[in-house]
Amino acid sequence: MGRGWVGDGSGLTGWRRFSRKVTVSGVITAGFELKPPPYPLDALEPHMSRETLDYHWGKHHKTYVENLNKQIVGTDLDGLSLEEVVLLSYNKGNMLPAFNNAAQAWNHEFFWESIKPEGGGKPAGELLRLIERDFGSFEDCLERFKSAAASQFGSGWTWLAYKANRLDVANAVNPLPKEEDKKIVIVKTPNAVNPLLWDYSPLLTIDTWEHAYYLDFEVPSKCQMIFTKFESNGSHRVVFYAEPKSSIHKHIHGQACVMGNGKLKARIRNG
Amino acid sequence: MAASTAVTANYVLKPPPYPLDALEPHMSKQTLEFHWGKHHRAYVDNLKKQVLGTELEGKTIDHIILNTYNNGDLLPAFNNAAQAWNHEFFWESMKPGGGGKPSGELLALLERDFTSYEKFYEEFNAAAATQFGAGWAWLAYANDKLKVVKTPNAVNPLVLGSFPLLTIDVWEHAYYLDFQNRRPDYIKTFMNNLVSWEAVSSRLEAAKAASSSA
Repeated sequence: MGRGWVGDGSGLTGWRRFSRKVTVSGVITAGFELKPPPYPLDALEPHMSRETLDYHWGKHHKTYVENLNKQIVGTDLDGLSLEEVVLLSYNKGNMLPAFNNAAQAWNHEFFWESIKPEGGGKPAGELLRLIERDFGSFEDCLERFKSAAASQFGSGWTWLAYKANRLDVANAVNPLPKEEDKKIVIVKTPNAVNPLLWDYSPLLTIDTWEHAYYLDFEVPSKCQMIFTKFESNGSHRVVFYAEPKSSIHKHIHGQACVMGNGKLKARIRNG
Repeated sequence: MAASTAVTANYVLKPPPYPLDALEPHMSKQTLEFHWGKHHRAYVDNLKKQVLGTELEGKTIDHIILNTYNNGDLLPAFNNAAQAWNHEFFWESMKPGGGGKPSGELLALLERDFTSYEKFYEEFNAAAATQFGAGWAWLAYANDKLKVVKTPNAVNPLVLGSFPLLTIDVWEHAYYLDFQNRRPDYIKTFMNNLVSWEAVSSRLEAAKAASSSA
């Protein structure tokens, strides 16, 4: 995925993704691709089943991409990068019809790339330094991340993001930017919303829509999902892992959740 | 102010008015076990804990819902209270051998306000299918008119000033075990095989009575 910082004097910064053009019999048509995760669909077992990937990537994510393509073909949004479509269709909160599909397409691609087989553990280097600076410790950051993900009511996402030069006011640009204003933050978003909209740089996400965990985890144990292993490539190209190692009992929504080494508590089968 | 028609004042996890396997094959026993036995139960249990020692303690669920909606700037107890209410209402909106077309006065009103049962079906289906993220679709009654509404997360028509008559839960947990991502199939199954028009009719009677005495 083409990605990098774009900055210019106007203050327009952010991730830039390159749109993909599909050539069909010599005619160039714009259309977003359903990119596969960077690992086979069963590679995350036993933490996330192949069945989940089959549905979550193969149906949910695929549908967002297909519907987005149908929605924007021949419109002004056609031919732009996915990120541009997300930002333009967000339309300052007065969302255009393409927003949900565009943002969900973006979010899911980002999600698959946030996790990996044999991921997890603790970050290192620059990312660890920043996390320790902004949260006190990695453990504290992880606890807060888990709480955020477990407490998002309804559908949504929880993010680790890098926030730079922004005041804590939507759409405001800090006129006196300082190094201290640049922070790593945890944010939760509802439905399809993501932190690109606030000009944050997403580093890591967990999908907390029920479809993300319903086939693998006994409900409503979102906490188990949170211990699944993560890796993320952040803006400073650092790598972040979440630690799932020890067995802990935790009460979420009044239910006891056993979390140990990502072990599945129950496998739910259809029929 | 709209009053609810069915849900009890106590914070009780009331069982559905049929055995958990009675809606098979349209809604599996496994779904009822999770949906009622875990999700609904958690809302009730958490509501109890949440209101303990606060001024909401001892108040009816309806009161809590109406007083914590706060014009959309939800107070903490809203989600659990409304979800407890919504789920009880949902189980009672279905019955074994349900579905199909209503008759009598209810059919007449649907035809009056939607031009035909088929148009109502289309509108209800569209609302349920297009509620993005978690939520509910409803048939509701207000100002002597029937209408279809969709709501996000835990919101329900009580806070919008209408009488709920029928609901379908479109949170993914409601259909994921039986239908996975195929929400349209779930909605169709609900309409064709599960809806309890008797429940809807009796709620409509209560709504009309409450409206005329208001």
